[in-house]
Amino acid sequence: MNIHEYQAKQLMRKFNISVLAGEVAYTDEEACNVARTIGGNVWVVKAQIHAGGRGKGGGVKVAKSLDEVKKLSKQIIGMNLYTHQTGPEGKKVHKVLIEQGCEIAHEYYVGIVLDRSLGKLVMMASSEGGIEIEKVAAETPEKIIKVVIEPAVGFTPFIGRKLAYGMGVEDEAVQKKMISFFEGLYNLYTSKDCSIAEINPLVVTKDNNVIALDAKLNFDDNALFRHPDIQAYFDPTEESPQEIEAHEAGLSYISLTGNIGCLVNGAGLAMGTLDIIKLHGGDPANFLDVGGGASKEMVEKAFSIILRDKNVKAILVNIFGGIMKCDVIAEGIIGAAKSLDMKVPLIVRLEGTNVALGKKILNESKLKIIAANDLADAAKKAVKAAGGV
Amino acid sequence: MAILVNRETKLITLGLTGKQGSFHTLQSRDYGTNVVGGVTPKKGGMVHEGIPVFNTTTEAVKQTGANAAMIFVPPFAAADAILECIDSRIPLIIAITEGIPVQDMIRVKQVLRNSKSRLIGPNCPGIITPGECKIGIMPGHIHMPGNVGVISRSGTLTYEAVFQLTQREIGQSTCVGIGGDPVGGMSFIECLELFEKDPNTEAVIMIGEIGGSAETDAARWIEKSMNKPVVSFIAGASAPPGKRMGHAGAIISGGDDTAEAKFRVLEECGVSIARSPAELGETMARILK
Repeated sequence: MNIHEYQAKQLMRKFNISVLAGEVAYTDEEACNVARTIGGNVWVVKAQIHAGGRGKGGGVKVAKSLDEVKKLSKQIIGMNLYTHQTGPEGKKVHKVLIEQGCEIAHEYYVGIVLDRSLGKLVMMASSEGGIEIEKVAAETPEKIIKVVIEPAVGFTPFIGRKLAYGMGVEDEAVQKKMISFFEGLYNLYTSKDCSIAEINPLVVTKDNNVIALDAKLNFDDNALFRHPDIQAYFDPTEESPQEIEAHEAGLSYISLTGNIGCLVNGAGLAMGTLDIIKLHGGDPANFLDVGGGASKEMVEKAFSIILRDKNVKAILVNIFGGIMKCDVIAEGIIGAAKSLDMKVPLIVRLEGTNVALGKKILNESKLKIIAANDLADAAKKAVKAAGGV
Repeated sequence: MAILVNRETKLITLGLTGKQGSFHTLQSRDYGTNVVGGVTPKKGGMVHEGIPVFNTTTEAVKQTGANAAMIFVPPFAAADAILECIDSRIPLIIAITEGIPVQDMIRVKQVLRNSKSRLIGPNCPGIITPGECKIGIMPGHIHMPGNVGVISRSGTLTYEAVFQLTQREIGQSTCVGIGGDPVGGMSFIECLELFEKDPNTEAVIMIGEIGGSAETDAARWIEKSMNKPVVSFIAGASAPPGKRMGHAGAIISGGDDTAEAKFRVLEECGVSIARSPAELGETMARILK
C-alpha cells in the first residue's frame, strides 16, 4: 500500500526522524491557516498524490507570503497533475502539504529496500540526492553505497558510519544526526512492515540539520492486518473504483488500456493470458485473478467489474481448474449473463477439474458462447471477436 | 527416482483440521501420498478422517517418523509454523499459505539457512512426483510419470504446462511450485541442481515471472553448470511497471526484472525460450525428439 508524503512524515515524527514543520490542507483557506501557524516567511506548497516527479509536473511551489500560499494552493488543489508516474491521464490533486522552507546546503539520498535473492534488507545512500536514484545507479553506480543489514542484529552504528563516510559526510555533528536518522528509518521500516522507504532528498541544511525533505513509504499489503494505524492511511481517491471494489470482493484486478476483458484463475496464468493476447495482436483491458477458491458470486462480481469498463469489446474467460471447479465457473458465467445483460462476445476456455460438467452446463444454458479448445485458440478467438487482427 | 518426494515420503499437515488443510490433505492421500499425521494445537489426541492429530510438530514427528510437512496455517501464524517444523528437523517443508508478511519470511530465511531443512513456498501449489506422491493443491489427474522436471513460481500456469506435456504423452519426473512471494525457500537454482543430478530427469521446464532476479540468476547457473536442456517461459511481458500482478513478488521495479530482460538473459545462456505459454509443451517435445 502507498501513502502520501504528509502521512509518511507524521509517521516519521513518531520515530524521531527529523522532518520540517508542516500539515496537510484541503482548501486554500486551510493552507493559509497552516502557514500562519507554522510561522516563518517561506513555505512550500506540495501537491499530495501517490506519484513521484511532482515538482517537474508543477505540483510543488515555493511561497514567500501568506497571500502567495493561498494563491498557489488554489492553483494546485483541483489541478490534474501529470508526472512520469501518473500515466497520460494524470492525477487529480485533492490536498496539499504546507511545509516550512529551509536553506539547503547539500542534497543526499537514503533508502531501504529488500534484496530478494539474499532475503535481507539493504540500506542505500548516495551523495547524489534530488535526482532519481535509478539514474544515479545507471550513470554513476560508484556513488551509491549499500550495506546489507543482518536481520538477527538489525541496525548498528557502523552501518551509519559506513554510509555517511561513503557519501563524504565527515563533520562530526552532522554525522551523528545522520546516523540517528538512518536508525530511525530502519526502526520505522521494520516495525511498520514497510516494503519501500525512500528519502530523496535527504538534506543537510545551512545550519547543519539533517532533514527529510521528501518521503516515500510503501507498506507490505500482507502485513496490514497487524497495523490498523497504517490501514487508516488508505486513500480511496488514489485508486480506481474498480480496483477497490475488486479488492473488497477478494479479487485481484488491475485495469489496463485495451479492449479484451480477461477473467482468469491464478496470477501466473492471468499474466500468461495477457501475454498471449498481445502475441496474437490484441490488447487486454485488465488483469483479473479470481483466485483459487472463487464462488459463483465472486465470478459474477468479476464480470460486473470487467463490464464497467466501456472499452471492453470481448471477454475471455480462461480457467484451469485445480481447486477451482469448472462447473462453479460455468454457473457464475450463466448468473452474470442473466443479471448483467452481457452484450459483448464471450470466449470461454475451460480445463481441469469437472471440465465435462462445466461444458455441459454452458451448452445447456443456450448462452451465446464462443468455446475455445486451448490457450492459443482462446486468444485468437478473443482478438478476432474484439475486432482486432 | 525423482527429486525431493517419492513413495518413502511420510507427510504431516499443519492446520489439518481447517477446511482447506483437511480437503487438500485428503486429496493428497487419495492420490497415494502416505499421510501419517496432522498438527493442530489443543486438538492433540483426536483422529481426523483417520489421521492422528498432535499438539506439536515435535510430537508428531516422534510418533510417526514424518519426513515432510505441509503447511495450511493462516498467514499471521504461518511463519511460526515453518519455524516449528525447522525446530523439529523436518527435512522438507511445503508452505501453501498465501499472504505471509515479508518481514516474517526474512526471519524464517535466516533460521532456514542454518538448518538442514528445505522449504518449498510459501504461496505455492506444492510438489508432486506423478504416480508416487502429491503434496499440495494441484490437480493430480493431469500429471503423468516420466522424465521432464517442472519448476515454477506460479500455480495454474504450471498446470497449463503439465497439461500440455501430458497431452503429448511426455511424463514428468517431479513438478515443484516454488511460489510467488519475494522471499521464499528453495530457489530455481537449488531445484535445477537436484534435477541435474536426478538420473530420471532428462530435461526441465522453468516458468518464471516478472520481478526479482531469480530467473536471470538461474540462467547464469544453467550456462555454467547444467548439462540437461531447459525450456523457459516468463509471465508478465505485458504487465505495466510498478503494478503488483496478483503475486506479491510479481512487480517490475527496475529495468532488469522485466519479462523481456529475463527472456534475453535466458536465451544468451542457452535456454530454449517459449514466448507463448501455449508453446511450452511443443517446445519441450521438439527438444526431446
